[in-house]
Order: sequence, then C-alpha cells, then structure tokens
Amino acid sequence: MRTVEQTTQEVLDLAATHFHVAADSLNADDDFFRKLGINSLQALELLSRLENHFGIELPDYEVQGVSDFRTLASRIQSRL
Amino acid sequence: MLDLSTYQSIGAALKDAVEVFAGEVCLIEADRERENHRLTYREFRDRAMPIAKTLQDAGFSEGDRAAIIMTNQSKWLIAAYAIFYSGGVLVPLDFKLTADEQWQLLQHSKARVLITEYPIWRQLSAAAGPAGVTRLRTVFVTEAPADADLAGGQRWETTATGGAGQPDFRPRTRTDVATIVYSSGTGGRPKGCMMTHDNYLEQCIALTSLYPFATGMRYLSILPTNHAIDFMVGFFGPFICGAAVVHLRTLRPEYVHEAFVKYKITYVSLVPLVLKNLQKGLQARFDELPRRKRKVFDALVAVNKALTKRRPRLWLSRRLLKEVHAAFGGELAAIIVGGAFSEPETLQFFYDLGIPVANGYGLTEAGTAITVNDLKPFRADTVGKPLPGMEVRIVNADAQGIGEVTVRSKTVMSGYLNEPELTAETIVGGWLLTGDLGRFDGAGHLQLLGRKKNMIVTEEGKNIYPEDVESIFESLPVKEFGVFAANYVWPQRSMVGEQLILVIRLESGQSFTPGLRQEITVRNNRLLNYKRVRGIVLADEDFPRTASMKIKRNVLAEKLAKLDRTHAVMEL
Repeated sequence: MRTVEQTTQEVLDLAATHFHVAADSLNADDDFFRKLGINSLQALELLSRLENHFGIELPDYEVQGVSDFRTLASRIQSRL
Repeated sequence: MLDLSTYQSIGAALKDAVEVFAGEVCLIEADRERENHRLTYREFRDRAMPIAKTLQDAGFSEGDRAAIIMTNQSKWLIAAYAIFYSGGVLVPLDFKLTADEQWQLLQHSKARVLITEYPIWRQLSAAAGPAGVTRLRTVFVTEAPADADLAGGQRWETTATGGAGQPDFRPRTRTDVATIVYSSGTGGRPKGCMMTHDNYLEQCIALTSLYPFATGMRYLSILPTNHAIDFMVGFFGPFICGAAVVHLRTLRPEYVHEAFVKYKITYVSLVPLVLKNLQKGLQARFDELPRRKRKVFDALVAVNKALTKRRPRLWLSRRLLKEVHAAFGGELAAIIVGGAFSEPETLQFFYDLGIPVANGYGLTEAGTAITVNDLKPFRADTVGKPLPGMEVRIVNADAQGIGEVTVRSKTVMSGYLNEPELTAETIVGGWLLTGDLGRFDGAGHLQLLGRKKNMIVTEEGKNIYPEDVESIFESLPVKEFGVFAANYVWPQRSMVGEQLILVIRLESGQSFTPGLRQEITVRNNRLLNYKRVRGIVLADEDFPRTASMKIKRNVLAEKLAKLDRTHAVMEL
C-alpha cells in the first residue's frame, strides 16, 4: 500500500509527464489549473491518466472543486 | 407536445406530461460504460412522489424555496419535479461554486430545503460558518456512503422509497415566481433573478417552435442543469414533448463520444470551449487521412456546403459524410451552443459537415434565449434573429448602428430578489437593458459587438463580475484597488478572450515590489481559476469616488483607457 506522500509524488510526476513540464517545477500545494495553464477539459484528461495509473475509478463529482495536487492525491488515496 | 398556452405553471405542465407520456422513456443515466438506470415517465413520477410527500410532511408549502446543488443526474430532475409539484420555488445553485459561496446564496435565497449530493454536502458541512443564519430546515443528501455522517441531513435513498400516502398537487399561477436563478453576485451583491412560471412557459413555446422535441428524441445533458439553457432544453422542453434526457456521471471526452453513438443523441448543448475542443479533435482526425482519402473527403464537404447553403438537409449530409455523422450516432439534429460567445469559424466548421449549430444569445434575466439562428439560412457571423414573442431594440446607436441591446418580452424576469433599485435600473419602462452592444444587419440578424457593462464571460460560459472577486484582495497593502474587465476599459468589438485586470494605486513613495506581486498572486490563486485576474495595472492618480466613497468605475475606466493597454497591463 502506497503512503499518501508516495501517491502525491506519483500524481506530480504523471502531471509533469502528461503536460510536458519539468517534474521539479511542480509542488503538492500548487493549483494545477494555474500552474499547468490548463482548462477544465484538460483537467479531465489528467484524471483519466491518473485512473489508469492507479487502477481506480475517480468519479468527476468526487473531485468537484479540487484544484491542488495534494487534495487530488488524498482523494485518490481514499480509493486505493 | 402539450399545448403550453393552456397551462398556468411548470408544475401543472409536468404533472400532465408524466401522465400523457407515461410509457415513454424519459431519463437515462449512465456512468462510463455502465447504464445506471432507464426510467419511463411513470417510473420518474413514482420516484418523485415520495420526495414531494416528505417535503410536504415537513411543512414545505406554496412559495417556499428549495435549493438544488447537484451535478447533472436524474435526481436533479426528480427533485425539481417534487418541488414544483408541491408549489415550491426552485433555487438552482451552481455546483462549481465554493462552499462559502453556496452558503452565501442559500442564505440570500432563504431556502428552507436543500437537495444535494454527498461530496458537495461534505464540503458544505465542513465550511458551515454561515449555516446558522440560513433558514434551511430540511436537507436531502444523495449517494452518501452507508457509514457517512450526514451532519443533520436525510438520506435521499431512504426518503425515495418510504413515506405513506400521496402528496397534494399545489397549483400556482403564471405570475408566481417559479425559480430564483443567480446570474452573479457571489462576492458582494447577489443577483437572484426571479423567474415566473409565465417566463418559462412562454420561452418553451418560442424555442420548441424552432427546435422541436418529440417522443423518441434524446437530449444529452452536459451543461449544468442549474444553467438556464440546460434547465429549458434538458428538462422542461423535452419533458413536455415526451422526449428523453440522457445524463452522464462522467464527462470525460471518451465517454461523451461513446454516448452519442450508444444513445443516438438528437440534441446536445455545449459551451464554446467544448465545441472548439471537439473541432480540434475532428480536425486532427481529418488531417491524419491519407492524401487520396482526404481529397475525396474535402470534395464531399464542398458538395455538402453547396447543397446546404440555403438550409440544412440532414438526410443528405448524413449520406454524403456518413462516417462523420456515424461518429455522432447518426441522429444528431443540432448542437445547441450557448453560455458564451462562439467564434464564427467553429460554427461554420460544423455546419459545413452537415451538423447545424443552434447559435443564439440570451441572458438569465431574459429567460433562456433572446435570439437563435433559425438556419434559414445558417449564419455563423450572427447570433440569429429574435425568437417569436421577443421585441429587441438597439438603443443609443452610434453612426454604425451599434448600441445597447434591449429586450421586451414575456420571458423577462420579474426582478432581482430583494433589489428593487437594481431591478429599476435594469428593467426600464418594460425594457430589459442587457448591457451588451450589438446591431441588426439587413436580414434582421443580431450581431454582438462588445459590452457596455463591466463584466466578462469565459469560454466555459461563466459570467464574472469584477465586484464579485474584489473581496479576495481586501486589505491588500496598497492605497486602493479595483477589479475591471479589460474590455470595459479598452473596448473591443469582440467578445472572445475576455480578461479581468486588477488596478492598484500605490501609497505615496511605495513601489511595486516582488513581495507585493507575490501577495497578489497568492490571493488570486484562492479564487476559482476562471475568476482570476490576469493582469495588473498601476494607476498614476487616486481613484475618483462618489460622496459615499464608492469608486466611480466609469470615470476611472475612462482615465485608464488613455493608457496604452499593451504597456499598461503587467501579466500576472
């Protein structure tokens, strides 16, 4: 079982790969909309990528209002 | 279709619709590849009645207000039906707002009942600051896990199956308020539009005269149902015609694409951002075609364009461009686009493929839509002609015929809740002043060419008023500040790519330091992403103010307009 820290790091790494930015430029408390310059549709793409990676289903309504990596990771953690 | 001219209220029309179309499918709810359920009108009514009974048993009566904060799903419509059946006033709130903003509107609307989903209720309960001052007495929570703490809420699923006896149908009249829809004002001054039953009945008659629903048709509900468009074309419109509404619990593009094919969708409403994204995806696929195939495809598009110049010919387009139409399920009659301004080239792209786009213009205060493209012929460069029953006039027009768009019709709201002065400023002599600038062309089509009002609309269809985001910058260590729509200061004949700017006046001797920029960035990031300011402007003199110390926004904007926008705005 991953720790929440590990999950958070994996979320950051995946986001960096998916949106082609340097992994060390992202922090857990960053707002991903702002930091990655993405819109709501691109955020949905990231969710699909994360679901595949973690092998879980993350309903859209479960992440409604979430905009930072740390909270996103905690929602993923609760479904692992 | 029911004859709406004979009805007094939304509730009465819906009550008849579920009887007339009892055996037809009315709702399909899917989650990814799974279908959660498929309800007939009869089954829909059977699910709504226990909710209505529980509401009435709890003392909910005519004129009482009930809020819904839910994502698009079947329970949204079931809850709304129960509220209207009980004679209540529906307050549809945006599920994308923050918990604090939702509490603020619950308080402002004086809602007695709230119907919401567990993840939303969890956030609301955690931010329960203003909870004590609302009039909430009953909270229904849907989809809560078995061991969840409902913080005083009732489990929807228990209510939906229990309850003895039948609820009473509580009639309303056309002039009664049916809904309170917030068009803005989560920051300072909530603007709750009081929409009457007459507003909805008349709007529905006008819209369905151009874009009719019928039994067997299916509408894919993607725009939030709290939004005026989805409420009308994703609930009331299809229901009074016996059509079906399809809800998806997951809006990932891959599942949305699948739904078109799986459910043979007839209509869908999209915001410009999603439409543009769809265009990008299709264009990429066309670009990947081998050269010879691409040539044939382009030739077919050219033939389709020539044959649909005067009007759409769906059956012909579906044959000519079979694969494109098959990807949309083969039954798509039109894409309804709204919520924000759409770029003409995107609209034309779809029309050239034989997919009509019902482009229109409206605002919450005027019902759902004021103008819609009637497709006779299709025009991508305008927002169409006024709907039947709408009087639209351009006032204070300049030499080019551009002036403020004003509207008079039975669909215009009765006023803003608790705001008689604001109502009097907005509806003058029966005419609604929209604050949008436009002109009519020779064919009677309306063209929109900017705004008179200090606000922006994002591509995702969000209306943002600068005053609503100012509170986040309160006590910023500067002499004074204000938020403006960049286009309000530097008017452009366009409604695309609108941005907010923060105007600050530094103290004497103060300089704009990296620390101050950081402070602004941190505060800005606390706003939802679409509400953020995108630039900073340093004012070189004190803000002009009224006797009561309010900023004279129009005067300040005129002064700022003298600055060169490119140099004056520092990107944030």
